[in-house]
Amino acid sequence: MPNSVYSFHGGLHLDDHKSESLTQPLQIASFADELILKVSQHIGEPNTPVVTIGDRVKRGQLLAESSALVSAPVHAPTSGTIKAIENRSIAHASGQKAECFIIVPDGKDEAIDVEIRSAESTALDKAALLDQIRSAGIVGLGGAVFPTAAKLTTANQHGIKTLIINGAECEPYITCDDLLMQNYASIIFKGISYLQAILQPEKTIIGIEDNKPAAIKAMQQALTESSLSNITVTSIPTLYPSGGEKQLIKLLTGFEVHSSQLSFEIGILCQNVGTCAAISQAIDKSRPLTSRVVTVTGPGIKNPGNWFTPLGTPVSHLINLAGGYTIEKPKLIMGGPMMGLTLKSDQIPVVKATNTILVMDQQEQEIAQECIRCGRCTEVCPVQLLPQQLYWYSRTHQFNLTESYHLFDCIECGCCSAVCPSHIPLVQYYRFAKGEIWDQRRKTYKSDRSRKRHEFRDARVAKQKLLDEEKRKLKREALAKKKAAELAAKEKTEAESSNSQNADAVQAALERVKARKKAQQVDPKNTTDLTTDQQDQIDEADARREKNKVDDA
Amino acid sequence: MTYSSPYITPSASTNRLMLNVLIALIPGTVAYIWYFGVGLIVNLVFAISFALLFETAILLLRKRPLKPYLSDFSAVITAWLFALCIPMHSPWWLIAVGIGFAMIAGKHLYGGMGFNPFNPAMVGYVAVLISFPVEMTTWYLPLQISPDSLNILQAFSYSLGLVDIQQWDALTSATPLDQYKTSLSLNMMISEIRQSPVFGSFAGVGWEWIANWWFIGGLYLIFTKTIRWHIPVAMILGMLLLSFSFYVVDPDSVASPGFHLFSGGLMLGAFFIATDPVTASTTVKGRLIYGFMIGTLVYIIRHWGGYPDGVAFAVLLANMSVPLIDYYTQPRVFGVNPPEDH
Repeated sequence: MPNSVYSFHGGLHLDDHKSESLTQPLQIASFADELILKVSQHIGEPNTPVVTIGDRVKRGQLLAESSALVSAPVHAPTSGTIKAIENRSIAHASGQKAECFIIVPDGKDEAIDVEIRSAESTALDKAALLDQIRSAGIVGLGGAVFPTAAKLTTANQHGIKTLIINGAECEPYITCDDLLMQNYASIIFKGISYLQAILQPEKTIIGIEDNKPAAIKAMQQALTESSLSNITVTSIPTLYPSGGEKQLIKLLTGFEVHSSQLSFEIGILCQNVGTCAAISQAIDKSRPLTSRVVTVTGPGIKNPGNWFTPLGTPVSHLINLAGGYTIEKPKLIMGGPMMGLTLKSDQIPVVKATNTILVMDQQEQEIAQECIRCGRCTEVCPVQLLPQQLYWYSRTHQFNLTESYHLFDCIECGCCSAVCPSHIPLVQYYRFAKGEIWDQRRKTYKSDRSRKRHEFRDARVAKQKLLDEEKRKLKREALAKKKAAELAAKEKTEAESSNSQNADAVQAALERVKARKKAQQVDPKNTTDLTTDQQDQIDEADARREKNKVDDA
Repeated sequence: MTYSSPYITPSASTNRLMLNVLIALIPGTVAYIWYFGVGLIVNLVFAISFALLFETAILLLRKRPLKPYLSDFSAVITAWLFALCIPMHSPWWLIAVGIGFAMIAGKHLYGGMGFNPFNPAMVGYVAVLISFPVEMTTWYLPLQISPDSLNILQAFSYSLGLVDIQQWDALTSATPLDQYKTSLSLNMMISEIRQSPVFGSFAGVGWEWIANWWFIGGLYLIFTKTIRWHIPVAMILGMLLLSFSFYVVDPDSVASPGFHLFSGGLMLGAFFIATDPVTASTTVKGRLIYGFMIGTLVYIIRHWGGYPDGVAFAVLLANMSVPLIDYYTQPRVFGVNPPEDH
């Protein structure tokens, strides 16, 4: 078995806490009394419901979809009735609500009729495979939930040389991919074979962290049993965050994906092992994605383990299956301890992105000390940023500087926060700075657009004015010409006939002017008819004026 | 526990790092007392008391919580380093002025813990070095040469100015570095200078062995990952490079690299002063440049400058350059301008 020969900067050796949830075999979760199924469970355009309240649905039935390319439909996890379509609390950083189907399972778990492809039937072509993946609602199960069909379609246009299957599962506590690989390696390889059929890569590398020897062994065995070629199962050192897409690519191929690029632009595509299994289910069994493996673990749960969980299952149901809480003040996290989301309550449902429900102990919020610039964060940063500088500039709101220190290359893996001796929640500062910058950009975009619109309007009005002016000018000229022509014609006719009459008329006019002038010869002064007092005042004023003149001289 | 990820509480703590520094200072300090007497204890007691006093007073003035800032040991470290730098049997007021300057001007005027661009202990030391040259150059002979030393009570009385100074004047002498500098200016050869009893095996009686213990304390700091190796190694290399080059050319009138390494404050500076994270460079390349700069500056000051030792000035000059060094030594960010081949 080849080991990866490349490495990435920094990273952390964390207590992996994997064994807790590996004590029990993979189980199938029962249906909760009520499933809360989010209408949109992917990154991209939102779905619209295609069923209404009161409808009876069967397992696998389409419930919501969108016509946009970047979208993934949602299907019913079991048979039952749509009790409501309403806003419910979901897993979100801001604790917001989103539209959900509330399904009451009828316990029969009836499936819709589907045509299952027999093993002998001819192989599907690329378009048919992509169509199946799309209509099964498959998204990236590593956590990004990007619609897989859209990703594959775009990647195919670039041409993929290397297909990477991500089985790293580098975050502590999480074991769902581990168990999936241990138990369903052959199904994962089926999925990989379809990916190969679509992408035609030159080679396929499966990367698994070396703290999962059982998974590595199972995958290798399945590989030898399968007829697939150009695939290697590669063990990578256990070092968080080896499962980050760009980190894994560096580890397995040595390629460093540019910060502005997506991996498929350099001919590399990553898919999670869970996604491969879902693809196999969709194509071989015509089964849409309606359940996934969820790890329920942490120091606050009685019997940690892994469950095949129907989407929409409330977290509280899984907690009950795992024996309930063992602590008084449990803190629920969806995902791992490094990048997971805090859940406000246990009434939040499992979605396609849910790999883990982590029950931690609610501890007191620590007071952070000042940064002493020790540089530990710099040493562990897998992106080789200078976290202490980013912290400094985020804290002092110098956002332009955070950008020049490459804030947007930060993957929020949390390594810096996890080693900070002053216990500063560094990643929170970066999220804050990113949020502020995004907000600023939105505002700038808006004001730019408004300004452009305003300027365009002004230009349009000015242009119209000019045009109107031009028109008016032309019209005026035309009129003047016309008048001149008319006048000329008139003069021509009149000239001969009335020369003597004209002379008389002129004489008469002159007489009239003279008379008017005479009538107007009235003294305009207001100093006539004065009283003696007024006359005295005027004389005085005149004398003063005269005196001033002499003085001035 | 924080609201958003990550939820893992770091095992390291700033207080623990500072405590490690104090632990690492113990062997050298004990050696110091062993070779030079209990006067250092008096220095330490006064310096630490004044440091805590000033820290508390300023924190109260600044309306900051006392407990987290007083329990981080940073004031104690500043005081300890200051006490090691000044001569033994310094008067109490000199310690008060130096520590006051260190804590107020060197630390809190810049915003306190984490915000000071200059090493506070060095700021305080340089302030008293420039202000009180007589007191700051009155050093005492090691016990090996002059066993007639003061006991702890006498030392305290002496520092407090309760006892007449005259009766112990016979014990004072210049430091080896000082004597070396003065003798060279009198055109003496190294071989002649070295005949003075204070020079010991290679770098001065007492001093050379204390330096060894600072080195061992420094190894403890590296071993416990309190500091990284880059700054001390670069600083020692910088010093070695210059002192060796000049020594090879003219061994008669230039001190040996060994003398330079093990005398004065070089070892203490390399492991305990230059490595103060707040005032040092934070990038790997930057730390190498920063350390190297201090090492060479110490030699330049010792060789051509007006002071016998130059660690404090070198550290302050390097502190001043840290923003520039950090700016130009930023590591290449992953995915930004990656090399073409891999």
